[in-house]
Amino acid sequence: MNSQIISMVALVRKETTRVLRIWVQTLIPPGITMSLYFIIFGTLIGRRIGEMDGYPYMEYIAPGLIMMSVITNSYGNVVGSFFNAKIQRHIEELLVSPMSETSIVIGYLAGGIIRGLFVAAVVSVIALFFTDLNIKYPVLTFVVVVMTAGVFSLAGLLNAIFAKKFDDIAVIPSFVLAPLTYLGGVFYTVSLLPDFWQTISRFNPILYMVNSMRYSVLGTSDIEIIDGMLMIVGFFILLLFTSIYLLKKGIGIRD
Amino acid sequence: MKALSIQNLSKQYKSGVQALKAINFEVNQGDFFALLGPNGAGKTTAIGIITSLVNKTSGSVIVFGHDIDHQLSLAKSCLGVVPQEVNLNLFDKCINTLVNQAGFYGIPRIEAKKRAEEYLKQMNLWEKRNSNARDLSGGMKRRLMVARALVNQPKLLLLDEPTAGVDIETRRMMWNFLRQLNQQGTTIILTTHYLEEAEQLCDRVAIIDEGEIIENDSMLNVLGKLKQEVFVLNIDNPINLPPEIPGYKTSLRSPREIEVFVSQSQGINNIFTELKKLDIKVNSMRNKTSRLEELFIELTNHQTKEKQR
Repeated sequence: MNSQIISMVALVRKETTRVLRIWVQTLIPPGITMSLYFIIFGTLIGRRIGEMDGYPYMEYIAPGLIMMSVITNSYGNVVGSFFNAKIQRHIEELLVSPMSETSIVIGYLAGGIIRGLFVAAVVSVIALFFTDLNIKYPVLTFVVVVMTAGVFSLAGLLNAIFAKKFDDIAVIPSFVLAPLTYLGGVFYTVSLLPDFWQTISRFNPILYMVNSMRYSVLGTSDIEIIDGMLMIVGFFILLLFTSIYLLKKGIGIRD
Repeated sequence: MKALSIQNLSKQYKSGVQALKAINFEVNQGDFFALLGPNGAGKTTAIGIITSLVNKTSGSVIVFGHDIDHQLSLAKSCLGVVPQEVNLNLFDKCINTLVNQAGFYGIPRIEAKKRAEEYLKQMNLWEKRNSNARDLSGGMKRRLMVARALVNQPKLLLLDEPTAGVDIETRRMMWNFLRQLNQQGTTIILTTHYLEEAEQLCDRVAIIDEGEIIENDSMLNVLGKLKQEVFVLNIDNPINLPPEIPGYKTSLRSPREIEVFVSQSQGINNIFTELKKLDIKVNSMRNKTSRLEELFIELTNHQTKEKQR
């Protein structure tokens, strides 16, 4: 086997082991958080809301909640793992080895995607306790989850590359990721918004990801699925090449 | 073939600090090479550039014929590095640290496990294979870093103060191990603050100060440049004044210890003859500091004085 592939597999294995080793931190919290969302927004408030876009409210928000947990966890996985490696300096284990920057990026990316998939599975199982989850397009669902987890893994990697202190990895999730996710149509259809806010919402990339997921599960969406997929793939390619370029330049990792 | 060739290597950090000023040196295959210098001299920067942890400003670095500007992966595959500061994943098991590192070098997992076992055993860490790195003592962490650096069986091993903070027993164990490794053909570059260590282990030495190479020769030739040695003589009966030995400067460290300053051209036989005449019986004799340490101080002080002029 090619040595670059062996080294990449070694990094993926290391990152996956890390996710499973600290499962109490990586897999349980999203399960608890999403259970609370289902209970509060789905059961208690959702009962009063009734239907959204023709679906029971609980069923309507389930795909968005799965996507929300995938986004936060894939991002958190890579930003945490890479930044810790920088702070503890064991990133040097990778940097002194003959591994290419592309292999390093793909290794971390795979770690983030794997956590995203684990979390998606956990949240989906929890969702089944509250609603039916009849997935309309299973392959598309899988592709959307993997690609979205990939986009946010790469975004987390970029955050970690530039971060110099722990505050730097807390700012983006709190002040950028959380507002965009909540305003990304997880809990409502943007058609409920006034025209002006509908237009503003269309600049939010998470709207496309949440609605792509909703389309793949329910068959309904605020956006055209092709626009959603173009947005996801476009961001994925942009962030992938940016990450590789930055690591090749040594930004944030070499003096 | 040269194990390492460094030409006009310079490094200026963003802060403006010029850590290396167009240094040149070469290391032959099979050498045990000491790179010495005071704190902040540029040793770690040089090691950082060779291992690609630090970007150079200018100059060239060639490792076993591979230029790091054009064949970085090939150059890196020849290297193993033990850094100055602990850079282990403290939450990883020792065995995983080695198996993963071998994996990063493209070594298949089955072979990686074999090598991990081999080097953990050699570093007396096999019993600790399932312990997290954070649970190891300082000396064990150092040994784990040495084992990790060896797992890809490097042709050139870079050791940046590998015995800093370890106890004497561990240090001696590591010296023996490194000697064996060198005898088996691994080229070793060692930076250390323990000059006795360099004197004991290395056959070639370069001294770097304020980013410049101020000495680069075989250990024998370098020690030959030592102008004066200081010997400490332990004597049988206490005395109150330093004895007068014609041709030698003496001083009293304590009532039972005499310091004798011996220049390069002088022998030491006369010292004993003269002391015998004075009815002073010598029980033992030793160098006040290592010879290399004396030369190091002489050279680096000289360099500072030159700059102050």
